[in-house]
Amino acid sequence: MGCACHGDGNGSANVYRPYLMRIERIIDEAPAIKTFRLVFVHEEEGRSFTFLAGQFGEYGVFGEGESTFCIASSPTRKGYIECTFRQVGRVTTALADRDVGDVISFRGPYGNVFPVEQWRGKNLVFVAGGIALPPLRSVIWNVLDLRQDYGDITIVYGARSVADLVYKHELEEWKARGDVRVLTTVDPGGQTPDWKGEVGFVPAVVEKAAPSARDAVALVCGPPIMIKLTLPVLEKLGFAPDNIYTTLENRMKCGVGKCGRCNVGPYYVCKDGPVFTFAQLADLPPEY
Amino acid sequence: MEALRAKARELLESRTVQVVVGHEQGSVPGRPRPVFVRKIEDVDRLVAGEGGTINLAVYLLKPEVQALGRPALVADPAALRTVLQLASENQIRDGALVALALDDGRLTELKDLAAIEAFVAERPAGLPAEDQQRIAEIEAMSREDRWTWWLEQFSRCLKCYACRAACPMCYCPRCVVECNQPQWVPAAAHPRGNLEWHLCRAMHLAGRCVGCGACARACPVGIPLDLLTQVLARQIEADFGVRAGTRAKADYVLASFRTTDKEDFIR
Amino acid sequence: MADARTLRRESLARWFEAIRAAGRRILAPRARGDTTAFEEVTAPSEVAMDCVQTTLSPKAAVFPRCEELLRYERQGKDLRVTDPPLQPPETVLFGVRPCDAAAMEVLDAVFSADPPDRFFQTRRARTTVIAIACTQADAACFCTSVGLSPGSTLGSDILLTPTDGAGFAADVLTDKGRRIVELCPEAFGPAVAAQERRAVLAQVPVRFELKGLSDRLAALFDREELWVDQSLRCLGCGTCAFVCPVCACFDIQDEGTGRSGARLRCWDSCGFSLFTLHASGHNPRHLQSQRWRQRVMHKFSYAVGRLGRIACVGCGRCSRACPADMNLADHLQALAEAK
Repeated sequence: MGCACHGDGNGSANVYRPYLMRIERIIDEAPAIKTFRLVFVHEEEGRSFTFLAGQFGEYGVFGEGESTFCIASSPTRKGYIECTFRQVGRVTTALADRDVGDVISFRGPYGNVFPVEQWRGKNLVFVAGGIALPPLRSVIWNVLDLRQDYGDITIVYGARSVADLVYKHELEEWKARGDVRVLTTVDPGGQTPDWKGEVGFVPAVVEKAAPSARDAVALVCGPPIMIKLTLPVLEKLGFAPDNIYTTLENRMKCGVGKCGRCNVGPYYVCKDGPVFTFAQLADLPPEY
Repeated sequence: MEALRAKARELLESRTVQVVVGHEQGSVPGRPRPVFVRKIEDVDRLVAGEGGTINLAVYLLKPEVQALGRPALVADPAALRTVLQLASENQIRDGALVALALDDGRLTELKDLAAIEAFVAERPAGLPAEDQQRIAEIEAMSREDRWTWWLEQFSRCLKCYACRAACPMCYCPRCVVECNQPQWVPAAAHPRGNLEWHLCRAMHLAGRCVGCGACARACPVGIPLDLLTQVLARQIEADFGVRAGTRAKADYVLASFRTTDKEDFIR
Repeated sequence: MADARTLRRESLARWFEAIRAAGRRILAPRARGDTTAFEEVTAPSEVAMDCVQTTLSPKAAVFPRCEELLRYERQGKDLRVTDPPLQPPETVLFGVRPCDAAAMEVLDAVFSADPPDRFFQTRRARTTVIAIACTQADAACFCTSVGLSPGSTLGSDILLTPTDGAGFAADVLTDKGRRIVELCPEAFGPAVAAQERRAVLAQVPVRFELKGLSDRLAALFDREELWVDQSLRCLGCGTCAFVCPVCACFDIQDEGTGRSGARLRCWDSCGFSLFTLHASGHNPRHLQSQRWRQRVMHKFSYAVGRLGRIACVGCGRCSRACPADMNLADHLQALAEAK
């Protein structure tokens, strides 16, 4: 019968046909936010599956539809992929209703990649807010798994409140490592009595952390307002727009550059993105 | 036409309105198209609306047009009935627009809903003879033939939603077919999806359609949608004695009851 | 290597018979009330030969308005996904206009780009395009403004040019075209002189300068008032995208239950208000003027960089079908001339 995406001997493959994935683990990260660890139902597909940090997939429930999330696990970890999503519409509600052992659909990996190879030897600054940590988490684990190849690593991550932080255990794990500088923050009023992290908006915490721009690359993902206020902070620290990376989100359906939905200027977010530098974004119409 | 242009000039100059929504010459002779006149020098673009295919009242609820300011609406009787129906649905406030009624070449300025009601009352809307003929032909068919006939009509539907876009009564920011929790009506253009869409839309217009015919004129594949809604309108009038687009204040006939209604389950 | 012949009108019927006897269906313009579309025909007498342009384009032959992408079925704990049967019939598209033939090339560029779309490619491979050059045009036509002409051969397997009342000059342009001719070689005679066919072609005045258009449009992106003014009367329906031979945006919908069903794709339009709506409620193009701008930019500016060609063939269908008379050539002319 051949594997899902990769041909059944009948001419070119059906690119809309997904992999079947079994849910191996579900983590409740935050209110309405879950992480799934997915393994390939057909193991041989899992063995040959590869992807790179930054890429995304179309995850779906048959009968409900598909939804676009990044692949939140690192490409250095084989045999499974992870995604983190917020329940916000029809498909994410159906996904949130799944149990461990259920089978869902996955198409991917799609999109372009963070140039993680090119960053060897550089210092990396990760800045994220709320539900936008997942795309950076793929890169973070990627570089942590190859720690000796990278310089200083700084992570600034914040959410509205303590409950809203995602990857709570991993944040602690990263802090405990000693070779990563991690600052977590919550909005004023979002702290709990035993909160030991920062209190304040992410841009202010970045300014306080003042990571050096020398030999450094910054990755910034978060709500528009956070990005808008973080960029000037980074630029003041000496980061050039072509050294600040982000991922764009746009409504998607096909994920392969045909249905037209994610078109922004001359780019399709699903093919030419989702990874962009801010220098590239400066040339794009603000239609995302 | 000169009276219309003069009136438009006067309303714009006095800032009584900021835009005159009317007709201008279109790409095809004899088929004028909508125009939004904001500057005095553009007033001469206004022409009579005969042959126009759009019910101009559809623009009253579009945010892009509302942003232009208080409008004067060049209105034929169908557009006036539309204004009344929209007012009865709380979509138009009294005094929100000036209607410039064009009837038989004569211009009447209608400054409020009461004036529009009075004007409309003097011109009861009847179905054009041609439509009556076509409805009679369809009703003369057996139930099976009628069903087959309509299915064949709907099989051509592309789900372009020109009918919905052209209908002033379809102003829902999120149409039922765009709801996906659950997906009440299939989005795709297959026979079942087309049938469900058109039946749903006809039911959503029952008691609300004012018979402007813009839906059928907008349809790129020529499905006579207005016949469907007209038959329902006739049914409503027969059953409830009510016609859409006659009063600025009216309860929606299918969402209200009177103690004199023939159904007694509600008592 | 193009091969020139003549075809007499009275031989058409015999050719059609031979094509159908060889198991191919013929799709040609058919009138239905006031509209025309490409539908199956059995004889030339059923073909609406004299319409300037059909209401609906022939793109449904290679990109149907609704098609299954996959089927799924749950049996106990097992979930099976299968490809839908994809056995489209061998098809001859007869009587398309040169603009529509050129449109096939644009569709090809979209669907064959990596990763290739086998649904489109299978249908396209089984479709032979027989175009008829235009001897008449109307005010909505503007093929000459987008680098095409009433006698263009781009995308055709055979181009028939009416010579006089009795027949056509037939340019057999591809192997596919040759195979269809060989089904009935006796219908064809030797070539006709070139100057005779130039005389019959329609005159389509150029409406705007194509060279540099895509850059000029990009420079106009931020001129909000231009886009607002042009789109005030636009109603936001999908008619223009759906009658267009080039527009290929689509939606993907699951239909079925948890137990069984299908994933479909169906035509969609960037003009719809919800096309770009995020689940969060954010809509990057929440105004009709932005969606109108996107339509123009996508087809006349962005496509040049992506596909190497303008994604419009000047067929004029959008202008003819638009309920609000959004005449595309008029608008483009105004944009091309904007200061």
